[in-house]
Amino acid sequence: MLDRGVGGSAPRAGGLDRVTGAQRFTADIAIDDVLHVALVKLDCGRAVIEGIDTSTAEDVEGVVRVFTAEDFPHPMPRFGPRFADRPVIASGETKYHGDPVAVVVGVSKESAAKGAAAVRVQHVEVPGVYSIDDALGPDSPLVVEKDLRPADDPLRETNVREQWEWGWGDVDSTDADLVIEETYDFPMVTHFSIEPHAFIAAPEDGGVAVWSSIQHPYLLQRTLAQLLDLPISKVRIRAPDPGGGFGGKGFPKYEPLVAMMALALDRPVRLVLTLEETFQAVRRTNARIHLRTGFARDGELLFLDAVDDFLMGAYADIAPRVIGKSTYFAAGPYKVGAVRALARGLMSHTTPSTAFRGFGAPQIAWALESQMDAAARALEVDPVDIRLRNLAAPGEEIVPGDRPADGDWRESLRIAAGKVGWGEPLPVGHGRGIAVGLKASATAGASYCILRILHDGSVSLIAGTSDMGQGARTILTQLVTEHLGVPMEQVALVMGDTAVVPFDYSTSASRSTVFMGSAVVDACRRAIADLIDLAAGHYGVPVASIAFTPGQVLVGATTKTIPEVLADVFGAVPGEIITSGSQRGEGVPGHPLGGPAAFYEFSCTASEVAVDLETGDFELVKHVTVADVGKAINRQHVEMQDEGAAIMGLGHTLMEHLLLDDRGRIRNLGALDYRIPTFKDLPSSMESVLVENGDGPGPGGSKGSGEGGLLATSPAIAAAVSQATGVVIRDLPLTPERVWRAMQDDTRESPEKEGTKREDN
Amino acid sequence: MSARERPIRLTVNGTDRTVVVAPSMTLLEVVRTGLQLTGSKECCAEGECGACTMILDGESVNSCLVLAVEADGSVVTTVEGLGAAGTTPLQEAFLAAGAVQCGFCIPGMMVAASALLERVPQPSESEVREGLSGNLCRCGGYPRICAAVVEAARAGGPDA
Repeated sequence: MLDRGVGGSAPRAGGLDRVTGAQRFTADIAIDDVLHVALVKLDCGRAVIEGIDTSTAEDVEGVVRVFTAEDFPHPMPRFGPRFADRPVIASGETKYHGDPVAVVVGVSKESAAKGAAAVRVQHVEVPGVYSIDDALGPDSPLVVEKDLRPADDPLRETNVREQWEWGWGDVDSTDADLVIEETYDFPMVTHFSIEPHAFIAAPEDGGVAVWSSIQHPYLLQRTLAQLLDLPISKVRIRAPDPGGGFGGKGFPKYEPLVAMMALALDRPVRLVLTLEETFQAVRRTNARIHLRTGFARDGELLFLDAVDDFLMGAYADIAPRVIGKSTYFAAGPYKVGAVRALARGLMSHTTPSTAFRGFGAPQIAWALESQMDAAARALEVDPVDIRLRNLAAPGEEIVPGDRPADGDWRESLRIAAGKVGWGEPLPVGHGRGIAVGLKASATAGASYCILRILHDGSVSLIAGTSDMGQGARTILTQLVTEHLGVPMEQVALVMGDTAVVPFDYSTSASRSTVFMGSAVVDACRRAIADLIDLAAGHYGVPVASIAFTPGQVLVGATTKTIPEVLADVFGAVPGEIITSGSQRGEGVPGHPLGGPAAFYEFSCTASEVAVDLETGDFELVKHVTVADVGKAINRQHVEMQDEGAAIMGLGHTLMEHLLLDDRGRIRNLGALDYRIPTFKDLPSSMESVLVENGDGPGPGGSKGSGEGGLLATSPAIAAAVSQATGVVIRDLPLTPERVWRAMQDDTRESPEKEGTKREDN
Repeated sequence: MSARERPIRLTVNGTDRTVVVAPSMTLLEVVRTGLQLTGSKECCAEGECGACTMILDGESVNSCLVLAVEADGSVVTTVEGLGAAGTTPLQEAFLAAGAVQCGFCIPGMMVAASALLERVPQPSESEVREGLSGNLCRCGGYPRICAAVVEAARAGGPDA
């Protein structure tokens, strides 16, 4: 029997529907008279659209209407969380492979698809920006039209959309015994949620209703209200639990398109992306990180000097925030005297990059942790020791003046080392690696909920978090049970409908347990206070004489249950207790990120590999992740999230990489050619360990969790491969071919020659 | 019914059904839209992810690759047909092991695992990994799914 209390492993709320097939995802929702939408795309990257002939398509049986840019308002409405740069539909030119130029609406999926195939798009392919080098090239075309950027933007004639300069101390005058300078590449990868994004829109009550697999329904609601010039109350977002999000379903994509078409046609329309279309809708921001670090002979990290180039796509989406926030923590969890980081957010004619589990931190950790290992090798210091030497202790600042370390990170490192058998003898061809990662959580935001104690004592909790697999439903239900003593089976959670559920800022940054969890605890406290007030009035006793423990109301010497008190209070006419709860993070004006992170997510990964020295292929013998979670509200949920993150990390570490040709086309579009981890890619042994010191800001001392497991996957495995083979690889993914090639390369540098050592002492 | 459409007969989860299908329709489309059994999911539509797994005449198949007309006269089991009388040990084991996260791959996993246990009643962990290697889970639930299948086998097979 699973322990259902906080800290136990209550079963997943909503689990039964997920194993029986009863769970309704967006694409499973049937709406009467719904029309089907197919996107018209070109088989190239950037192209100028000269004309679109829709006449043949319009004649296809079952086609209701074909929309092109001409059918939308002029100028084309644009939207986006950072810049309003994404058009509802491509206008004038396609900005990336898969950018839709027209949309066919039909009575069936088949007729819409036939219609889409019949649309003739006259277009001319023109040179595009498809790589970091392209974006930085002096003659490269501008991705964002100059006149869409402010006249006083000094970067408006470049493809640098935004840049950030972070730092402290004096890098140039810091002497070091060892300087390591290298460049690291992190690949372009896609989210590959098993549920492709799905959207339905229908006219409703003088406004519009939109069903979407979105993580942030309230942001979508505001976006649509602005674009359609409707009051927020007339935009109703229904957000069924997403079938995996990982950041890729955070921000509006095709919802404005389907909403405008539904209103134009006065009929419901639905668009379910193909998996291929999701590759063309979302991806992680790939990066090239040039890093120079200086160390003292004993391994102390003295300075860090970074130039971080991140390749965003054709529209900025939330990528600037990914880049700005992750590079602000350029020195990760280490305390470093001098840091200088220049981060550039580059535009390109590629799939718009967005949030993706880890939010830029895996890219940073790949470079930084690889350099920690290079330094350890050059200085002949143990990789665990060099990290212990530099990790911030609890209360020590990692960015001067900002939130200090909020966990015992060295404890996590020691646990991981112990679990992987650090220091024990290894067979030939085996190697071990260890690495750490840090991700900053939400800096501001707000969560509201409504809690109703119904007449029979059961509870309806109305809370706007999206449960995309992380288990928010379970956690929030458990908190009600913990604080009110109402059994989980008697708590109903209402989510996913902006018409009835109060505002929640977003489901991102591992914030829900801390923010919405705290709001739920707040609502429980208010409900208890209301219950005591009502009871005191009814029984004619002072409020102070009534005590509440979960499930029990003590009135003087008498113990009553909640339903007994409610029956006494309300008598023959039923009633209920209705309270709200909230948790706000206001941010700090003038803070570079808008405010300090509410908590840090710290993770340590340790891995042992067995490399076939003939082929470069390798197996993961052991893979350990340690997550500092403050307090696990649900142990099993936290562990499964951490394991899942670790397995996702194996993807970008071992196999995933979107490949573009010189015309900007994604060459491995779809599941056949783009591989993600399967059952057969699992490590022989995997373990997830939680560190719980109750030092987080959430209920019970919890912190957010669930992203950490992939922060340090790449550097840990790469270090293990280096130890096994003697070669150092700085580009991901670590495919067998790449490892084999590195081993064949006679001119390769030996690891002990990495870096420049000062000769004079 | 347009000229090229034709009726087909299927026994789905024990019930005889007749549906009119276009020649290009897949079994998955017919089950999801024609029969409104939406437990089976569509992801890759090319037989790589397993989200659409059904049991067709005793064989586990990617229903996105089967044309509906090819399945005429067949017996089909979808996730909705498992555990008609309450939950199966497999479903219980998935929940107990924490094998379910977002849940989108789970119906396909459940059907594939059920077919695996029919074939191999007491699979080893490596047999489970091999047997389910055509089913993708992006949440990374693999270790727990694997443990759940082994546990369900111990507890008495797919339908006990």
